[in-house]
Amino acid sequence: MTDPVDSHAVAAAAPGRPKQGTAPSGGSALHAVKSVGAKLRPWWFPVAALGGYEWYARTIGKNSDAIAPPTAAAKAFFTAITDGSLWGATGFTLGAAALGLLIAAVLGIASGIVLGLSKRTARMAFFSIEVFRPVPSVALIPLSMLVFGFGLRMEFSIVAFASFWPLMILTQAAVQQVEPRLLEVSRVLGLSPAQRAFKIILPAIVPRLFVAMRLGVSIALVVAVTVEVAANPNGMGYAMMIAQQSMDPGLMLAWLFWIGVVGYAINFGALRLERWVNRRMGAVA
Amino acid sequence: MSTAVTVPLISKPLRPSGTGPASWAGSAAVFIAIMALWWLASHQGWISKVFLPTPEATWLSLKNGLTEGELKEFTWATITRMFEGWLLASLIGVALGALIGISANARAYLQPTLEFMRPLPASALLPLAISIFGLNPNMVLSVVAFGAMWPVLLATVHGFAAVEPRLQEVARCLQLSRGAFVWKVGLPNALPDILAGMRLSLTVSLIVSVVGEMIASQPGLGQAILLAARAFRASDLFAGIVLLGLIGFASSALLAAFEKRFLKWQHP
Repeated sequence: MTDPVDSHAVAAAAPGRPKQGTAPSGGSALHAVKSVGAKLRPWWFPVAALGGYEWYARTIGKNSDAIAPPTAAAKAFFTAITDGSLWGATGFTLGAAALGLLIAAVLGIASGIVLGLSKRTARMAFFSIEVFRPVPSVALIPLSMLVFGFGLRMEFSIVAFASFWPLMILTQAAVQQVEPRLLEVSRVLGLSPAQRAFKIILPAIVPRLFVAMRLGVSIALVVAVTVEVAANPNGMGYAMMIAQQSMDPGLMLAWLFWIGVVGYAINFGALRLERWVNRRMGAVA
Repeated sequence: MSTAVTVPLISKPLRPSGTGPASWAGSAAVFIAIMALWWLASHQGWISKVFLPTPEATWLSLKNGLTEGELKEFTWATITRMFEGWLLASLIGVALGALIGISANARAYLQPTLEFMRPLPASALLPLAISIFGLNPNMVLSVVAFGAMWPVLLATVHGFAAVEPRLQEVARCLQLSRGAFVWKVGLPNALPDILAGMRLSLTVSLIVSVVGEMIASQPGLGQAILLAARAFRASDLFAGIVLLGLIGFASSALLAAFEKRFLKWQHP
């Protein structure tokens, strides 16, 4: 099996190619202008959309309680930065997501290794996994609310449940693709199962683990915000709900923007980390 | 930023190689053991019955709810919402994705914005939608459709961007019109990506439907389980969770079968 992520990444890197052929060979000044133009291209659409929205909110939707111009959102955003409410809520959400992801990673990688090494265990567990895995994580929000009450524990337990499954399955796939000769070596050396896991398997699957972790990171963040929007009175999702309920559309939009920025930054960072690990440890086969 | 599409990874079950009767028996035995553990834990009082109802009580809630109570309508409401949102998302996603994907220029202008929007949790749009549309069923449906659109949209854009250059040359030689190119080359080429995106977007649809029902108090399983938890009716809560699990299981199995049939031409 070729890794879908990487074949996609390679394929996605390619679409630039027809453009390069048409690059003008004319004066270097023109060329410089064109290359600046190319750098600006991603910004045209968002700037135009924001400008249009600003105009709409200031003219037609002036008396609306539901919408606010982007400038009002920016003002609310800076107020939230200076009074510290931004950092507290962001910290809570990220903390809950990280804690849940950590639990999911430990459990998911451990069980993924077991399932990947033993075909028999994988067969035995198959049905149960297929029964429990499709349960949507949000269905557990009321249950976890009942068990833990509001707060950190209810949130990270749901995050852990949601990110556990993909981590386990991707680890299992990674272990199944470990070079069989490495396993033969470990057998010849008479390594114990624990030694085999830590000295042979884990190092061999590190690049794939980072692919799995990147997926886990994005799931964890989405689930954490979802839990806050739905029930838990903490964090960024709740801050946004409260802004809506107190008819403060500027602040609500500021939160929406910030949630987007945080999500983008974290996904981007995870992607960078994965690429770096890939370079260091050799590309994924 | 490059567009590494993670879509296809998410929900392909790893079917173990041997699936003979013996392995099914083993699989079933493990599942029965888990159920037995549940029975023991609830009957022996290892876990309080407030949190963990007995399997019998859950079964009873499920049976009564589905035959006499409102559970059947709630289940139906959630399934309808999920599929309506998903179909809308798929149609809009493929159409917009084809429009953007066909032109390298449009991709250059729009794709970075789309990539920025992608990691945004769909549920974070609920407050915005509530303030614009108010608390009504169409609000939830619009958020479901919008949230579930991204996987399909980005997969379609990607599928169009990844058309083999030689196919584009062939299309030029044959003087295919743009519409013909979309229909005869682009869409078939993007189909595996689109189906993988649709699979993910079905999961998103279910999740956003449930969250939407919880927040906006729309009739459905999301509201049902939230109310059950608030009233400490653990068996009703579990019945709802079981139903949601079944919906998730059945819909992804259905889509997997559909995908297999639809992509047969790829693996002759």
